[in-house]
Amino acid sequence: MQTQTLNLTGDSSITSEALHDEAARQLSICNSCRYCEGYCSAFQGLTRFRSLDASRVSHLANLCHNCRGCYYACQYTEPHEFAINIPAILANVRADNWEQHIHPRWLAKAMQRQVAPYVLLTLFFILVFSFGLGVPWLSDQAFYSAISHNVLVAVFTPLFVLPLVFLGFGLRNYWRAVGGSTLRLKDVKAAVQSAATMRQLSGGQGQGCNYEKKERYSSARRWSHQLTMYGFLLCFASTSTATVYHYVFGWEAPYSLFSLPKLFGVTGGVMLSVGTAALAYLKSQADPALGSQSRGAVEYVFVGLLFMVSTTGLLLYFFSGTALASFWLIIHLAFIATFFIAVPYSKMAHGFFRFAALCREAQLQR
Amino acid sequence: MVSPVTSIAYDRNLMTPGVGDVIADVLVVGGGNAALCAAISAAQAGARVCLLERSPKTYRGGNSRHVRNFRCAHTGDLGVLSGDYELDEFYDDLVRVTKGNTDEAMAKSVINDSAECYDWMIEQGVLFQPALSGTLSLSRTNAFFLGGGKALVNTYYQRCEDLGVDIHYNATVLDVHIEDGFADGVLVDFDGQQTYVRAKALVFASGGYESNKEWLARHWGDKAINFLIRGTPYNRGEVLKCLLDSGADSIGDPTQCHAVAIDGRAPEYDGGIVTRLDCVPFSVVLNADGQRFYDEGEDVWPKRYAIWGRLVAAQPNQIGYCIIDSQSKDLFMPSVFPADEANTLSELFGTLGLPVDEALETVEQFNDACRPGTFQSNDLDGLSTEGLSPEKTNWARPIVKPPFYGYVLKPGVTFTYLGVNVDANSRVSFNEKRSENVWAAGEIVAGNILGEGYLAGFGMTIGTVFSRKAGQQAGAYANTNA
Repeated sequence: MQTQTLNLTGDSSITSEALHDEAARQLSICNSCRYCEGYCSAFQGLTRFRSLDASRVSHLANLCHNCRGCYYACQYTEPHEFAINIPAILANVRADNWEQHIHPRWLAKAMQRQVAPYVLLTLFFILVFSFGLGVPWLSDQAFYSAISHNVLVAVFTPLFVLPLVFLGFGLRNYWRAVGGSTLRLKDVKAAVQSAATMRQLSGGQGQGCNYEKKERYSSARRWSHQLTMYGFLLCFASTSTATVYHYVFGWEAPYSLFSLPKLFGVTGGVMLSVGTAALAYLKSQADPALGSQSRGAVEYVFVGLLFMVSTTGLLLYFFSGTALASFWLIIHLAFIATFFIAVPYSKMAHGFFRFAALCREAQLQR
Repeated sequence: MVSPVTSIAYDRNLMTPGVGDVIADVLVVGGGNAALCAAISAAQAGARVCLLERSPKTYRGGNSRHVRNFRCAHTGDLGVLSGDYELDEFYDDLVRVTKGNTDEAMAKSVINDSAECYDWMIEQGVLFQPALSGTLSLSRTNAFFLGGGKALVNTYYQRCEDLGVDIHYNATVLDVHIEDGFADGVLVDFDGQQTYVRAKALVFASGGYESNKEWLARHWGDKAINFLIRGTPYNRGEVLKCLLDSGADSIGDPTQCHAVAIDGRAPEYDGGIVTRLDCVPFSVVLNADGQRFYDEGEDVWPKRYAIWGRLVAAQPNQIGYCIIDSQSKDLFMPSVFPADEANTLSELFGTLGLPVDEALETVEQFNDACRPGTFQSNDLDGLSTEGLSPEKTNWARPIVKPPFYGYVLKPGVTFTYLGVNVDANSRVSFNEKRSENVWAAGEIVAGNILGEGYLAGFGMTIGTVFSRKAGQQAGAYANTNA
């Protein structure tokens, strides 16, 4: 049969097997056509396979960056009976991969599919910081005068490390499932190069993707994603340099504007805020039927969470020395704590899985 | 499901020549590659252009949705094309496939203009890619569209929108009013609303009649019911018929269509490229009586798939059964539908609905006629049968290693040859006189150059070259007859 059997719109009871079968059905049509070979590595990778099992489908799904070039170029989209919609089915397979491979699965399922956990976690942490740890709502005393460095470290170290441990095990499961072998430096190098330039969103020739402008090409999503990714990395660099300052040099926060933590943090924060806002806007313009519809709302929440992390950080900096400083400190810390927990259990997982897929693709290419 | 398209009834009294609004300087009938190139060229010449596409937006583009490349002459590297493909070599290729059934002057002019088209296409925003995997033999001669024909069509529609072309979908031309080769206007069904519209110049790029099974049946009889149509269900040839009825001179064999052998499980319409089946050279092909009927290994498949359309059409029920064993399973491009599979030949023949005893005997005779030798899938290996009729002259290897696989073959119609006669500027002639304001382009004029046979990517060359001329000339005509 070469007709679609799955309804992907919001049905949460679809099994992994059904998703893989539907993806295999569609990809086998693509493999007989191959017109889309020039768009991205997923289609070039597909030509390697004569048959498609769950492992191969997962690999191709995580290579796909949802640029949608293949959908708008496809002769077999609905109403054609072949009902090809590769961006949607692969987005669903990816989301299923994140849920299946990262434990505990109940937490992954809850956070991949529902908005409530994010709201509850943020509220919970606001309560923890304000009442549990006694940070005042209104005070110009921010940071270590409001909350001691040791308390901060004691709270955030496990919040940061534990989710990463679960993420690590999840990635190991994924790596085994796609048949990955021992990583070599050049695999990682190839993956870094691809991710650093977001080559998979280039449309193959730099013309961009077909995301918010549908049949027309645009590089807006590639740029927005780069702003988000590099903004995030700069924020991470800010925290890392501050840690080195604190423990290696004994220099305590707050730092001046021209210190590395501030330069990284403020630049990264602005980039992250602008990038996530742009991503959310582009998503609102794009056709939801070409993504993972059952997780659509949660994807907004995740982008929103990143936006709030950076924006509240900037606000904290802007209001430092005023009575609102500690208010923004509470809010900022609550969003960061929620974000840390969300890393393996939200859309954030995509970055790690995709990086793994790029490494695996580099292995398969050699 | 892609359903067959049916004719729309209309009232001839709605035709009011000489009366009514002129909706455009240039009216383009059709919505595929040629129509779009004509519309863009006319708009670039400064004309107000209206384009009527019969299909809904999702199916816009006619058979151009399914194309993948453009055959192009060039000296030295040209974009994605490497090396040289000189005019003479191009023309020789054309003469070979058409067996000389072409118009030399017109063919040479198209070939000559093809290189310039490549640059023009780039200017319109068309993106090319190197030859796809599995088509490397075309990397020197054919420029592939990134994403294929639908991406090309999308680019051209965007270009039309940017140039202000007035585009209508679900707009079916029902009748034309042309007297002594002068067109006044056409009766159009705009999504159910029938209106007579006029224009100063008309370009017809509305395709052939291959998806009109009643018309095919006039020449092929009941067999036509079993034909699969590889492309759009909207090419019903009704506009072509109107033109011929209005006195346009016809060209091309009215009884012939270009048909290839494709996967018999393909949809009746619009299966496109994926329905090809490349396993014939490594198989034995049986008809519904369990008998072989032609040399499966006569030549490499790209040189033979076109004749197999007719071969299968001549068999009972217009069907063929392609049988291979596990040794040959991975020697060809993956098929879109999985093969029927069985551990014994008799079980496989049962599944396929073949007369088991006859089919077994045929394969047994074939196996006995195979000789030892070296099997080479990529070349003519000369491994032929001995004392069999018909012989298999290459890749004759006994079908013995289970599991066994069976594919169904049916004739897949690509296009029809009948069209209207045009001059080198794509202007239509009526009763052997050049029309003042009617041009035609695309499949509807392909018969001026392709008397028979086909050359991969040449339909797009003809379509692009002629339609640009048609558009430019129609635009210029409209400008000077304000």
